[in-house]
Amino acid sequence: MTASLQDPVLSVANLRVSIGGRTEAVRGMSLAVARGETHCMVGESGCGKSISALSVMNLLPRGIIRTADHIRFQGQDLLAMSERQMSRLRGDKISMIFQEPMTSLNPAYTIGSQMSEVLERHRRAIRRQAMDRAAELLARVGITAPGMRLGQYPHQLSGGLRQRVMIAMALMCDPELLIADEPTTALDVTVQAQILRLLQKLQQELGLALLLITHDLGVVARMAQRVSVMYAGEVVETGAVGDVFAAPTHPYTRGLLDCIPVPGKTQTGEPLGNIPGMVPRIPPGFAGCGFRDRCMSAAPECAQAVPLRDAGGDHSYLCRLPPDWTRASAA
Amino acid sequence: MTYAIEVRNVHREFKQSGGIVRLRRPVRAVDGVTFSLPAGDVLGVVGESGCGKSTLARLIMGLLPLTSGEILVDGRSLTGMDRRERARLIQPVFQDPFSSLNPRHRIRDIVGLPLASQGDMPKARQVDRVMEMLARVGISSEMAERMPGQLSGGQRQRVAIARALVLHPRIVVCDEPTSALDVSVQAQILNLLTELRRELGLTYLFISHNLAVVEHIATEVAVMYLGRIVEQAPAQELFRTPAHPYTRALLSSVLTPDPALGIPDVGLGDAYPDPTNVPPGCRFHPRCPSAFAECAVTMPDNIRKDGRLVECLLATTS
Ligand SMILES: Nc1ncnc2c1ncn2[C@@H]1O[C@H](COP(=O)(O)OP(=O)(O)OP(=O)(O)O)[C@@H](O)[C@H]1O
Ligand SMILES: Nc1ncnc2c1ncn2[C@@H]1O[C@H](COP(=O)(O)OP(=O)(O)OP(=O)(O)O)[C@@H](O)[C@H]1O
Ligand code: SF4
Ligand SMILES: [Mg+2]
Ligand SMILES: [Mg+2]
Repeated sequence: MTASLQDPVLSVANLRVSIGGRTEAVRGMSLAVARGETHCMVGESGCGKSISALSVMNLLPRGIIRTADHIRFQGQDLLAMSERQMSRLRGDKISMIFQEPMTSLNPAYTIGSQMSEVLERHRRAIRRQAMDRAAELLARVGITAPGMRLGQYPHQLSGGLRQRVMIAMALMCDPELLIADEPTTALDVTVQAQILRLLQKLQQELGLALLLITHDLGVVARMAQRVSVMYAGEVVETGAVGDVFAAPTHPYTRGLLDCIPVPGKTQTGEPLGNIPGMVPRIPPGFAGCGFRDRCMSAAPECAQAVPLRDAGGDHSYLCRLPPDWTRASAA
Repeated sequence: MTYAIEVRNVHREFKQSGGIVRLRRPVRAVDGVTFSLPAGDVLGVVGESGCGKSTLARLIMGLLPLTSGEILVDGRSLTGMDRRERARLIQPVFQDPFSSLNPRHRIRDIVGLPLASQGDMPKARQVDRVMEMLARVGISSEMAERMPGQLSGGQRQRVAIARALVLHPRIVVCDEPTSALDVSVQAQILNLLTELRRELGLTYLFISHNLAVVEHIATEVAVMYLGRIVEQAPAQELFRTPAHPYTRALLSSVLTPDPALGIPDVGLGDAYPDPTNVPPGCRFHPRCPSAFAECAVTMPDNIRKDGRLVECLLATTS
């Protein structure tokens, strides 16, 4: 293991999240993000990615309970922190870009006052300095006429402008850890490329650690050093991105890679590969593989605890099958 | 020939509120857009964030008045059309599933609302239609009883799609319908949209940033830049031989899932477009890698040739 991962910026061990005692939304999730590293999290809609991120931030809605062996940021245990200590970190050393820009931007305040407030609160900056910083960051995320944009309200911006405002706002205090939940979904590919390059630059300059939640496997392939694939609240496969893309091993990961339309490969109008069925709700006390209802290789033993297997290097997966299984041999 | 949609030289401006009063110029969000779409076609609309795609969609749905121009749906002008009739013809799927679903209503009521407000279907059939539609987009009957806040992002977008299709409209305006979805659900939804188009003869206006998705679903593609369509062609042609320099930049920024490659340098510089200050000549010239002197003065013609439109001086001079 690399030296940096022994001393990660963020380390989550055995996170469990229960929703109203009825649903196990996250079931023993662990991951680490090192300084300057990008760790991508992918997985089916509803598998618990946002809930995991919100658990780290301690921003879960009421009635949703997190437990974990630890959640550490730069060695400090976030589980032991008071709300006051947490709110001092949020927006400052730990920033999050939320999946729902419209619900996290306040419709009643201008972009400028929302952005500058972050710096005034954490850095005791005066309004004018804070506005300058906001304008500078808007320019860096490719927004022209920052003067006009700072005076506008969220509903006057296009989806992609709003998303870029959220990104700029998350960078106001030069965070050490950025958790970005689908940060580029509303952006066209040229702007997306530019934002991702900006994030990479900040990683080189400031050692920013990035936990990037995305369903865009192109973004994962080109941004991440490590990737964790989640399914039904568990990390079902994790490893260096090259290893996972070259040799996807969990049946869900293999199915996922078959679903993307690839220009020139998939025929217009022809159905795309997909994984029939949907993510099950996991009740308390559930045992076995969460994917077994949809898995083409499911066997009776999949209803019992499945082993965490080593696929070599830092690449591991949660499945009964050996690393070199093929569809024919598993059926 | 009657087109499903005809858009004729449409403009939409917004007044500015921020900045220094004396410098306020209007935002030219849609700046002279013309196209027509035969029934059963899928027009993919792509382009830079903020270039006016959603505004165009809202104009076509009659949610925003035009500054100038005309829009015909099924051969009839949108202006003055009855709301209920419009709802039977055109339905939207919006970009943002979080704010487009009423947070205080149950999923099955949200999807049932368009049927209920038409007021001509027996209640029991409405319920059947709703449950059938929800099942088709992959929402279980247990989830149908929940509120939007109790669903994940992707689950909510499936609900929005079910709501749009429940009336079996003629035209569906999809604004980023799959951008909140993971790839497996995205594949299911795209397959579903394709199936429904065949079955029901639907026409789609399909706005997306995902070019692979557009290539997959669209029959015709329009590329927008700063309020105008700068290139339009049948989908396969556009992707095979992009002619406008902006289209080329767009296609070369696509991130294929190849871990050996990094994030490309788009090569458009950082003179980002400002819709309150549209450059003279070709509106793309300050960023265009192929620009020459004339591009800064002469506005390229909007010429259609062999079913293809390219608004670039390179195309019109050669
Ligand atoms: N406030 C809530 N109340 C009840 N259930 C919730 C709530 N928020 C999320 N859930 C449920 O928890 C599960 C995990 O949701 P989460 O938002 O983490 O999914 P996700 O992986 O981020 O999906 P997506 O890719 O669609 O954003 C889902 O089944 C969802 O329905
Ligand atoms: N209500 C409004 N008031 C003022 N300006 C507006 C309003 N609605 C849209 N605009 C402006 O019009 C321009 C086009 O916005 P639009 O939402 O159509 O872009 P878009 O192409 O859909 O972008 P995206 O890909 O980011 O969704 C933007 O500059 C936006 O700020
Ligand atoms: S007209 Fe000139 S500036 Fe505009 S796209 Fe063509 S080459 Fe580029
Ligand atoms: Mg999410
Ligand atoms: Mg839009």
